[in-house]
Amino acid sequence: MKHLAGIPASRGICISPVFQFVRQEIIVEEVCVDDPKAEINRLDQAICTAKDQIFLIYQKALKEASKADAEIFQAHRMILEDPELLAEVKKKIENQKVCAESAMQSTAQTFSDMMAGMKDEYFAARAADILDVGNRVLRILLGIAETPSADLKEASVIVADDLTPSDTVMLDKSLVVGFCTARGSATSHTAILARGLGIPAVSGAGEEVLKISNKTTLILDGTKGNVIVDPDEDTINQFQQRIKTAHIIHEAAKKHAHEPAITTDGVNVEVVSNIGNVEGARSALENGAEGVGLLRTEFLYLERNSLPTEEEQYQAYRAILDVFGDLPVILRTLDVGGDKEIPYMGLEEELNSFLGLRALRLCLVRPDIFKPQLRAALRAGVDRNLKLMFPMVAIASEVRAARKVLDECIKELIEEGQPFAEEIEIGIMVEIPSAALVADQLAKEVDFFSIGTNDLSQYTMAADRTNSKVAELSDAFFPAVLRLVRDVIKAAHAEGKWVGMCGELAGEPLAAPILLGLGLDEFSMSPPMVPVLKQILRGLSATEMKALAEQTLQLETPKEIRDFVKQKVPFIAELVG
Amino acid sequence: MKESKIVVNNKVGLHARPASLFVQEAAKYVSDIKVFTQDPDTKENREANAKSILGVLTLGVFQGMEIAIRAEGDDEENAVSALLALVENNFGED
Repeated sequence: MKHLAGIPASRGICISPVFQFVRQEIIVEEVCVDDPKAEINRLDQAICTAKDQIFLIYQKALKEASKADAEIFQAHRMILEDPELLAEVKKKIENQKVCAESAMQSTAQTFSDMMAGMKDEYFAARAADILDVGNRVLRILLGIAETPSADLKEASVIVADDLTPSDTVMLDKSLVVGFCTARGSATSHTAILARGLGIPAVSGAGEEVLKISNKTTLILDGTKGNVIVDPDEDTINQFQQRIKTAHIIHEAAKKHAHEPAITTDGVNVEVVSNIGNVEGARSALENGAEGVGLLRTEFLYLERNSLPTEEEQYQAYRAILDVFGDLPVILRTLDVGGDKEIPYMGLEEELNSFLGLRALRLCLVRPDIFKPQLRAALRAGVDRNLKLMFPMVAIASEVRAARKVLDECIKELIEEGQPFAEEIEIGIMVEIPSAALVADQLAKEVDFFSIGTNDLSQYTMAADRTNSKVAELSDAFFPAVLRLVRDVIKAAHAEGKWVGMCGELAGEPLAAPILLGLGLDEFSMSPPMVPVLKQILRGLSATEMKALAEQTLQLETPKEIRDFVKQKVPFIAELVG
Repeated sequence: MKESKIVVNNKVGLHARPASLFVQEAAKYVSDIKVFTQDPDTKENREANAKSILGVLTLGVFQGMEIAIRAEGDDEENAVSALLALVENNFGED
């Protein structure tokens, strides 16, 4: 039995065998062949298999992801059918008598280089596509599994260095019970995916996890960030009891998931979800979310080689809005910076990208990125309950500048005669301390606030939560952060504006009494947390929690605050174990 | 042999979705189909197999450029008129 510590990335506990997610390298040796005809036969068969694979992925992408993703695979199919490319590969096999692998690899490289040489982001994307397709054929020829997860046959904890969206799209989610990564952070793709699926995840657990052999039993405590390798029977029993209790609570809460969250003194609190795609949208509805408090749009921009077009974005947003009908959906405009690998945007590397040109700051200087998104959103919002939200606002003039761009887009759409959402609420994320401190000024510029506690904590405490040495300091339960939350809500209410919260604190059971007491109007969290949070709110009185909230803000440490809440609201203490 | 010229007027030219629609249409015919264009800067003449997505893409046809479509085979008439119609309707773009 061995204990490892990482960063808590997604709540929950699981006990399960390990599945190591290892990428296999493609190594091609140039071999001479005697029978080029047989070699061309091998190639044709491999291409056939590759087409079948792509067709399956295409259908999966259509179902799960956006149409835009699916079109990438459509392009892959066309490359596989390209007569020029195929003729070139076959010519190489015939004339130079080399093996299919070598001919395929060198031809794909030649065509890819040709595309890349055209110095245009669109061609750069095709260059990558050609290599991608070439590698698919090579894997088939070499007998390498299509994805590292092809052998995943039983329910397992996925252990990996770190995972990208293209790794996870092919994972059979029904067999994944948890994620444990050596690198990564609480905000990485894996963490967001795990929260969406409602399964535990621990990230940044260190290189050592990569050495655990397959099928070893692992206890993953995603709430605390602990990993126990090869646990003894007592430990297993103890954790099994905790899983059982949590399960009972979840099932009970799920029965009432679709009823409103009305406090004991009659306040109806809005409980909504954070989502990033259509899958999340469906899960949010199933879990009783009353709308979307945060629609992340980054998914449209990552893992590709050119900006998504307005039309692509329109389709993606519309598909999500259609899931919710009349329910509110708050779309957050692009929130990226120099830390994200988006080569085609040409972002400069920055010494400190979290304090750099990111999110709204970036959008304001890059109308080529900002305007298509705003136009797509405005068009997608027709006859739907769409709201827009700008991330990373520090001062009021940024909001005015963003509104100006929005007005330009509206003017263009009117001139073009395109229908768009005419009455649309505009809000901002409050996640920079300066914004919290001048919330009274900002409240005059917007219709609502949404407090992003993850970044607000980091920036307030000057502590990077992905750095395990100081992560403890970026806890949103520090009174410094909670006092800012209090002031933001007060300032907004004084202007008659409403306040939501889409940071992780909003889905944290122990924070619910405090936030309710501070007067938070809307709680937004990952879909699986919705039923439990609703159930907790139903057991609280908003009036009584006012006093509790004020008292907690006088305490000094997160631990004192958590203990105080546990003591005052024992039913939540039981729930969190 | 059948050949016709047309100016490409849609926004992105023969790239992205329009290029793939063009190639998919061309693939429906048995005739050999070629596309010709001239580089606006160097005046260099270029040609590509209309059934090859990579070939059509590397032609570099942008908005406002003229292309010639030449087909040779049993269904050359139909092939050229179908491809012309596609370009004329701006590939169904708005």
